[in-house]
Amino acid sequence: MELTADQVLHIAKLARIALTPEEVERFRNQLSSILEHFAVLSEVPTEDVEPTAYPLPLENVMRTDEVAPSLPREDVLANAPEQEDGMFRVRAVLE
Amino acid sequence: MTTVATDFETIIGLEVHVHLTTASKMFCGCSADYAGAEPNTHVCPVCLGMPGTLPVINERAIEYIVMAGLALNCEIAEYSKFDRKNYPYPDLMKGYQISQYDLPICRNGWLDVEVNGERRRVRIQRVHMEEDTAKLIHRQDPVTGERYSLIDVNRSGVPLVEIVSYPDIRSPAEAREYLVKLRQILRYIGVSRANMEEGDFRCDANISLRPRGTDVLGPKVEVKNMNSFRAVFEALSFEERRQAEVLSSGGAVVQETRGWDDERKVTVPQRTKEEASDYRYFPEPDLPPLRLSREWVERIRQRLPELPDAKRERFRTFGLSEYEAGLLSEDRARADYFERLMAALEGEPSRRAKVAANWMLGEVARWLNEREAEMEAFPVPAERLAELAMLVERGTITGQVAKKVFDEMTATGEAASAIVERAGLAQISAADELRGLVRKVIEANPKAVADYRAGKEAAVKFLIGQVMRETRGRANPQLVHELLTEELQ
Repeated sequence: MELTADQVLHIAKLARIALTPEEVERFRNQLSSILEHFAVLSEVPTEDVEPTAYPLPLENVMRTDEVAPSLPREDVLANAPEQEDGMFRVRAVLE
Repeated sequence: MTTVATDFETIIGLEVHVHLTTASKMFCGCSADYAGAEPNTHVCPVCLGMPGTLPVINERAIEYIVMAGLALNCEIAEYSKFDRKNYPYPDLMKGYQISQYDLPICRNGWLDVEVNGERRRVRIQRVHMEEDTAKLIHRQDPVTGERYSLIDVNRSGVPLVEIVSYPDIRSPAEAREYLVKLRQILRYIGVSRANMEEGDFRCDANISLRPRGTDVLGPKVEVKNMNSFRAVFEALSFEERRQAEVLSSGGAVVQETRGWDDERKVTVPQRTKEEASDYRYFPEPDLPPLRLSREWVERIRQRLPELPDAKRERFRTFGLSEYEAGLLSEDRARADYFERLMAALEGEPSRRAKVAANWMLGEVARWLNEREAEMEAFPVPAERLAELAMLVERGTITGQVAKKVFDEMTATGEAASAIVERAGLAQISAADELRGLVRKVIEANPKAVADYRAGKEAAVKFLIGQVMRETRGRANPQLVHELLTEELQ
């Protein structure tokens, strides 16, 4: 399956990655060959197979509604490159 | 007459997000009760999206959403799952929201709303479970002018239920009624505080207009940022007028998202991404699916309390008016108190209902209104209020005295009979005791007596009032009336 340059740019935008024209072409080729590699899966007959959302034989794994201690705030913010008033500081987010 | 009423039909669909009142968050043990907490103090590795952590479903949240679905007449899925919704905002630390896409827990419900005596059914498309996001605070550096955002993760992961209606709503008034009713039901079944001002009941609306008599759907406008029922009503009324003006002048409505400006009372276009959202939903690999057995769903159905509409109808069968039954069933605490009060009275059911309703909608409502308090804050237990009501019913005290005793009871918590005894408030029903007083009042008010004899019936009311005053409200008014008529002949 051949990806178009526009599709690569769309994926890059969703991932918030800026690509040069050369990179677009390089990733277009690489991503296309990955998709091609997995295309073999579409040859498996699946007409009689129920859609599977979860592969393990598990259902209804739940916890009782009990409060457990949260982290101390120093730990919460320990990895934050920037913080202010006990909060994570990030670049402006457009509402 | 506006053009809206004549040329166009308004089409509204509502999307409501509601916090559930669980103790812990949806997928971790952090407390979900973050109101007033310091930023980032209800946070753990799971809601921080730390590598290696796994979410685990809060069982009570699933119970609550099923309760909500049943109360909204939905089908409850036998098989349901969670999905990842991917988007780039930093309001969820994982980089995605755990939500539900194609297999929501509840679907195909409805809610009846009544506006101007007309009852209409609004269908509910789906009710699904998700997690709330972190709170973003936007700031600007006063020196450099640089804009930036701050993140408080406390709210992130709080159980959130999304309730999506079909576009069946035909007016802003109906939209408001739908929300009032939805909030009432969620509070009745006890799954949410559903307080709009505090953000645990949020509403977005889709609104479009179409020429009356057609069934095409015009471009719809999504309206956001409405923080009260009043704001929803005003924003949708504004949008209805605005779109009608655009269409009437030959223009086209632009499909867009607009925000309600509550100060200026207008909707304004919101800046949004130019391209359509691409959330890349896929099944959540960290959460096994849910299989909700019919027995389990039935057990939950059994636990549902009587809902407001059913309660109102039952109250009507006691002989109460539509208005009385409506007010008494509006709030669950009020309805429960009314029923306890009624049960503690003696006499015929219809009489007990009437007496209980009069107390609830009279003195109790007055007491609450004066304090802007909810029923839960009323200090006198129903059984004690019943004792007071029975003192009036049996003629031990007058209605006038009862009001004083009521005030005393609410202030001190003392029993009605004790107050009556201590203050000597029992009704005077002995003719000998009252006759002298009646004569005295007649002597002291020659003008009223002359008026009465000249045929002015109202004058007797004045004279009764004088006797009541002399006895501090304790005289039996019927007896006073009889004695006065006798003495005046």
